[in-house]
Amino acid sequence: MTSATTHTAWDREKAAEVIAAHRNLEGPALPILHALQEAFGHVPQDAVPLLADALNLSRADVHGIVSFYHDFREAPAGRHVVKVCRAEACQSMGGHALAEGLLRRLGLEWGGTTADGQVTIEPVYCLGLCASAPAALIDGRPLGRLTRERLDAAVNEARADWATA
Amino acid sequence: MGDSMTDPGIMTHRIFIPRDVAALAVGADEVVAAVQAQAAALGAPVAIVRTGSRGMFWLEPMVEVETPQGRVAYGPVQAQDVPGLFAAGWLTGAVHPLRVGRPEEHPFLARQTRLTFARCGIVDPLSVADYKANGGYRGLAKAIEIGGAATVEAVTKSGLRGRGGAGFPTGIKWKTVRDAQADQKYIVCNADEGDSGTFADRMILEGDPFCLIEGMTIAGLAVGATRGYIYSRSEYPHANATMGKALEIARASGLLGRNILGSDVEFHLELRVGAGAYVCGEETALLESLEGKRGVVRAKPPLPALKGLFGRPTVVNNLLSLATIPVILDLGAQHYADFGMGRSRGTMPIQLAGNVLHGGLFETAFGLTLGEIVMEIGGGTASRRPVRAVQAGGPLGAYLPPSQFDTLYDYEAFAARDALIGHGGLVVFDDTVDMAHMARFAMEFCAEESCGKCTPCRIGSTRGAEVVDRILAGRDVAANIALLEDLCNTMKFGSLCALGGFTPYPVLSAIRHFPEDFHTRDSRRRHLPAAAE
Ligand SMILES: Cc1cc2nc3c(=O)[nH]c(=O)nc-3n(C[C@H](O)[C@H](O)[C@H](O)COP(=O)(O)O)c2cc1C
Ligand code: SF4
Ligand code: FES
Ligand code: FES
Repeated sequence: MTSATTHTAWDREKAAEVIAAHRNLEGPALPILHALQEAFGHVPQDAVPLLADALNLSRADVHGIVSFYHDFREAPAGRHVVKVCRAEACQSMGGHALAEGLLRRLGLEWGGTTADGQVTIEPVYCLGLCASAPAALIDGRPLGRLTRERLDAAVNEARADWATA
Repeated sequence: MGDSMTDPGIMTHRIFIPRDVAALAVGADEVVAAVQAQAAALGAPVAIVRTGSRGMFWLEPMVEVETPQGRVAYGPVQAQDVPGLFAAGWLTGAVHPLRVGRPEEHPFLARQTRLTFARCGIVDPLSVADYKANGGYRGLAKAIEIGGAATVEAVTKSGLRGRGGAGFPTGIKWKTVRDAQADQKYIVCNADEGDSGTFADRMILEGDPFCLIEGMTIAGLAVGATRGYIYSRSEYPHANATMGKALEIARASGLLGRNILGSDVEFHLELRVGAGAYVCGEETALLESLEGKRGVVRAKPPLPALKGLFGRPTVVNNLLSLATIPVILDLGAQHYADFGMGRSRGTMPIQLAGNVLHGGLFETAFGLTLGEIVMEIGGGTASRRPVRAVQAGGPLGAYLPPSQFDTLYDYEAFAARDALIGHGGLVVFDDTVDMAHMARFAMEFCAEESCGKCTPCRIGSTRGAEVVDRILAGRDVAANIALLEDLCNTMKFGSLCALGGFTPYPVLSAIRHFPEDFHTRDSRRRHLPAAAE
C-alpha cells in the first residue's frame, strides 16, 4: 500500500488466476478489476475477453464497466502515483495553487506521467483529510497540511529511491 | 505526581498514538519510531498502543501518556520533540509547552456529547477486549433479548434519521425491510463518504470498526437479514485495511457467522471497495456497483428496501446511522431521543473542515447555531482572516455567508434556508475565496461525476461550467448569470438524483449571497490575493 509500484508484464495465466480467485463472490466484477489493477498496474486490454468470459458478459459490457470508474487505468501509471486532492476543503487552504504549481514544475497535465516514467499526478476528490488540508497520497502514503516545500520534498523523495536504486 | 511512576524501571508506561490517517499524514509513524528509539535509549519500558483519533486534528499527532491521574495528552508532537518530552518527564504527565492536559477536559471535547464516537480515539480499534470493556456488544445483547420487532421499534422511537444526507427515519426504513418477504435480505453500509469536508465514516472505520460490525449485526437481526456488505471507497486505503482486519478478527472470535454471542443470530459481513465514482454514494448506484455493474442510478420505485441488492429487500444506511445503533440499544431509545431539537433527534457528528482553526470531529446534540459551531468551536479561520463562506453538506450543499450564522443546526432549519446538513460536513472559507470559481467547480464536479442517465445533469453541468467561464472572463455577465440560473432550474427539476438535482444549490447560493464575485469580475479580480486566482 505504501511502496512504489512494481508490476508484472501481461501474463495470461496470472490474469486467469486473479479472476478465478474472486469469481465466486457475489458481484465479483469490482473485486476482480481491483485485483487485476493491483497485479498489472492497470486493467490490461487483454484481460477484457477473459473477464467477459468469466462473468458471462459481452466485451462491450466489460469495457463499459472499466471505463465508468475513474480508478481503473487502461495503461500503466508511472512508478510513483501522486494523488492530489482537488475538492473544496483542500481548495479552501490553497490546494488549487499547490496542485497547479506541482503540475507546472513537472510540466504535466492532470493524469500525466513524467517523461522518465517516474511520477504520475492524478486528481482525487477528497481523502477524508479535510481538516488537515491541503492533502495528498503518494504511493498510498498520506500527507496533510501540505506546503509547496513539503509536497516537492515528498515527490522528490519518492523519485530518489529509484535514482539511487 | 505519582511516586510509583518516577522509576521507569518499575512499570510499563502505556503511550497512545493515533493510527488515524489524519495523524499519519502529519507524522504519527515518525513519532512512534522516535518514542521507541528514545525509550530504548533511556531504558524506559513503554508500550505503544495505536488508537483512532479523538478528532482534534489541529493537535495531531496527539500523543496520550497513561499516568496515575489518567491519560495526559501532548500535541501536536513531531518526532524531534520526543527527546525533550521524555526529558521533561511526560511519562508522569509533566509540564511541557506541548502539554494539552487531560483530553476529556479540553474544551473541544468537554463540550461534546459523544454517543456514536464514545470510544473513538480511546480504544485500540482492533481489540475486541477493549471494545467490550468500553460498552461494546451490550447493544446487540439487548437486541437479542428483546427481539427483532422491538429492536425496530426502539430505532424508530430514538428518532434517528439517516446520516448519509437525506435524513430519512431509519426505523421506518427498517420496518419496510422487516415486513418484506424474501429468501434473502441484505444490510448494506454506505461508507462511500465522498463529500468534501467529511471524514466521520472514515474515523469509525479506522478508530472503532467493531461498532459498525455490531450495528450491522443488530440491523440484520432486526430485519431478518443474514448477509451484509460495507461499501467503502478506494480513497480510504488505511480505513479499508483496518476494517478488513476487524472483520477477520470478528469472524475468528465468533462475532460474525453463526450463533453470534451464543444466540441463533447469523450474520455474514464483507467489505467491498468502490473505484473512484462519487455517484456510487447514491444508494441505487451503489447497489449497481456492488452487483458489479456501472454505477448508474436506478429509478425509484422500486425502493431498495423492497428490491435492493440482487433484487432482494435491502437496508441501505450510512455508516454513521449504523454505528449509532449499538448505543441506542444499549442506553435506550429515549436516552438518544432526549438530545436534539424538533424533528432532529440525538446527536450529529459534525465535521469542521477546510480553513478552520480547530478542525475536527464535533459530536453534539442538534440545535447549536452555525455561528457557534464555526466561530466558537472552530475558532474561525486557520488563516486568521475573516470567514467569508461556509459550505454545508458537501459538494451538493449551499454556501452560507456569516449573515446566516444564526441558522440552527437542524435538518428543517437548514432546509428553510435552501441549505442541507447532509453528512455533517462544514467547509470554511476565508475572504480570499472566489465564489465564482467555487460555482464553476460545482458544475465541473457534477459534469465529471454524472452517471450519465439524465441530460440536464450530464450536459447541463458541462454547459454550466462554460457559462461560468464566460462570467469569469467578464463577458455578457448579466445575460450569462440569467442563463446560469436557467440551467440550474433545468437541472433541479430534470434530474433523477441529487447529483444533478442539488448541484444548483452551491451555484445559486454563491450567486445569491456573493453577487459581487459574479457581477463585478474586473474590479474584484484586481484586489484578490494571488493565492485565490
Ligand atoms: C450523488 C449522491 C451521493 C451520495 N453519497 C452518499 C455517501 O457517500 N454516503 C451516504 O451514506 N449517502 C450518500 N448519499 C445518500 C444515499 O443515496 C442514501 O440516501 C443513504 O445512503 C441512505 O442512508 P441513511 O438513510 O442512513 O442516510 C448520496 C446521494 C447522492 C444523490
Ligand atoms: S442526476 Fe446525474 S447522477 Fe443523478 S441519475 Fe441523473 S445523470 Fe445520473
Ligand atoms: S477535501 Fe481534500 S481531503 Fe477532503
Ligand atoms: S463516474 Fe465519472 S463519468 Fe461517470
